Amino acid sequence: MLRFALTRFVSLTLSLLIASLVIFAVIEVIPGDPARYMLGINASEDAVAALREQLGLNDSLALRYLDWLGGMLTGDFGLSYTYKVPVSELVMQRLWVSLPLALYALALSTLIAIPVGLIAAARRGSAADYSIMGATQLGIAVPNFWFAMLLVLIFAVTLRWFSAGGFPGWDAGFWLGVKSLTLPAFALALPQASILARVMRSALIETLGEDYIRTARAKGLSRRQATVRHALRNAMIPVLTIIGLQFSFLLAGAIIIENVFYLPGLGRLIFQGITQRDLIVVESLVMLLVFAVILVTFLVDVAYAAVDPRLRRGR
Amino acid sequence: MKLPVQLLIGAVLSVFFVAAALLSFIWVPHDVATLTISDKLQGPSPTYWLGTDHLGRDTLSMLMVGARTSIAVAIVAVGIGMAVGVPLGLMAAANRGSLIDEIIMRGNDLIFAFPSLVIAILITAVFGPSAVNAILAIGIFNIPVFARVTRGGALSIWTLDYILAARVAGKGRVRISVEHILPNILNLLIVQGTIQFSLGILAEAALSYVGLGAQPPTPSWGRMLAEAQTMIFTDARLAILPGLAIVAMVLGLNLMGDGLRDLTDPRVRRARA
Repeated sequence: MLRFALTRFVSLTLSLLIASLVIFAVIEVIPGDPARYMLGINASEDAVAALREQLGLNDSLALRYLDWLGGMLTGDFGLSYTYKVPVSELVMQRLWVSLPLALYALALSTLIAIPVGLIAAARRGSAADYSIMGATQLGIAVPNFWFAMLLVLIFAVTLRWFSAGGFPGWDAGFWLGVKSLTLPAFALALPQASILARVMRSALIETLGEDYIRTARAKGLSRRQATVRHALRNAMIPVLTIIGLQFSFLLAGAIIIENVFYLPGLGRLIFQGITQRDLIVVESLVMLLVFAVILVTFLVDVAYAAVDPRLRRGR
Repeated sequence: MKLPVQLLIGAVLSVFFVAAALLSFIWVPHDVATLTISDKLQGPSPTYWLGTDHLGRDTLSMLMVGARTSIAVAIVAVGIGMAVGVPLGLMAAANRGSLIDEIIMRGNDLIFAFPSLVIAILITAVFGPSAVNAILAIGIFNIPVFARVTRGGALSIWTLDYILAARVAGKGRVRISVEHILPNILNLLIVQGTIQFSLGILAEAALSYVGLGAQPPTPSWGRMLAEAQTMIFTDARLAILPGLAIVAMVLGLNLMGDGLRDLTDPRVRRARA
C-alpha cells in the first residue's frame, strides 16, 4: 500500500512539474509587454524599462521560471500587475466564493444522483427507470451555462425568488450567501448529477448480478436487504471515483457559471486577468486549478486502493 | 425494441442539424451579415419565422449558420483527436509494455489530469480568441481519449489467433496494425467519435459563450446565448432558442452514440436490457 501511494506521489509530482512548465511556456508566448500595459501607451521608455526591471521581466527565462515555482511553493504567488496586491490575497478572497460553490454543487449532485440511480437500478426496466434514464440523457446534453440562464429566467425573472446574480459577501450573513449561491450550484450540479446517476445505476446493476448477492438472497435476505447491505457498498466504489473526478469539473465549470451570475470568484478573476493581460494572475490561477485537480485525483486513487486491494497491483 | 428507436431518434436529430448547417451554405432565410435595426427584437412572424435579435438579424438564419460553426469546430476537433490519437494508440498496443507504450500512456494520463476547460481557456486567451484556436484547444483533449480507446481495443485484438497467423506469415507490426487491427476497432472509434463530437459541441458553445470561440460577425450558438443574456428580462426567446438547438444536437449525437454502441457490442445490449 505504501509503495502504491509512493509511486502515485512521484507521478503526481512529475505531473505538476510538467504542468507548471507547460503553463509557464504558454504564458510566455503571450504577445505584449506587461510593463507597458500597466503604465499605458504614453509612458516613457525609461519608466517602462524601470518597471520591467522591478518586475524581474529582464531576468532569463529559467530564472523567472524557478522564481515563480519557488514562490508558489512558499505561498508567494507574486504581485498582480493590475490590482497591485499579492496574487495570493486575491486568490484567498475569491476562493471563498468558488470553493463553497463547487462544494455546494458537489453535495447537490451527490444527494440527487445517488437516490435517483438507486431507484433506477432497483426498478430496472420499469417506467420509473425509463423516465430517469431519459431525464439524465437530457441532463447530460444541457450546457450548464444555459441551464443557469433558464434558472435565472424562472426563479429570478418570473418568480422573483432569487436575485439574478451577484454575491453579497459572507459578511452579509451566512444564509444570504448560501441563497445567492443556490441557483449557480444547481446549474453546476445538474449535468454532473445526470452522469453520476447513470454511473450509480450501472454500478448497482452490475453488483446486483454478482454471485455474492445470490448467496445473500439464498441465505434469506430480502432483495432490499441484499441491495443495501451488500450491493450498495460495492457499487459505491466507482461512484466515489466519479465524485472525486467531478470535483475538478465543478471547479472548472464554476469559471463559466460565475460569469452567468456575476459572482466574484476565481473564474471572474481569470477572465479579468486575461483581458487585462495580468499574466501573473492567470498563470497562478491556472496552476492552482491544475494542482487542485491533480491532487484530488491522487487522493481518490489512494483512497480507492486503500479500500480495494485489487487495485494496488494494477499499475 | 428500445434499441432501434434510440438510434433512430438520435440519427434524425443529428441529420436534421447537419442538413440545416449544409443548407446554410447555399440558402438562409435572411442574410446574417445584414443588420436591419428597424426590425429588431421582433417575435416570430411569417417574415422572420423565429423572430429577430437586438440588431434585427433573423434568429433562424443565425441558428443555421451557428450550427455550421458548432459542427465544423467539433468535427475538426474530433479529426485532430483521431489523426493523432489513433496512431499513438496503435503504436502503444503493438509495442505493449515497451518504453514507447509507457511514454504514450503516461503522456495520456498527464493530459487527462488537466482540467480541459481551464486549459482551453488558457490556449484561446494566449493565442487570441478564434474558432481555429477553439478547435485546437478542444482537439488536444481528444487525443488521449482516442489513444486510450484505440490501445484498449487493439490489445484485445492482438491476442487473437488470426493475428498470430498474420505474424507467422511474416507481416510486421505496422502492417498488422493497419490491415487487421484498425478495421476491427473501427466500430469502437466511430462510437467514441460520436461522443467526442457531442462533447465538442458543448465545449465550443461554452468557449464562444465566454467570448473565446468564433468571433463576430460569425454567428455561433454560444455567443448568441451570451448576447441574449443581457436581454433576458426583455426577450427570453433569444435566450431559449440557441440553448434548445445545443441540447437537441447534443442529445441526438449522444443517443446515436449509445445506439451504435449497443448495436456493435452485444455485451452492453444484454446488460442494459
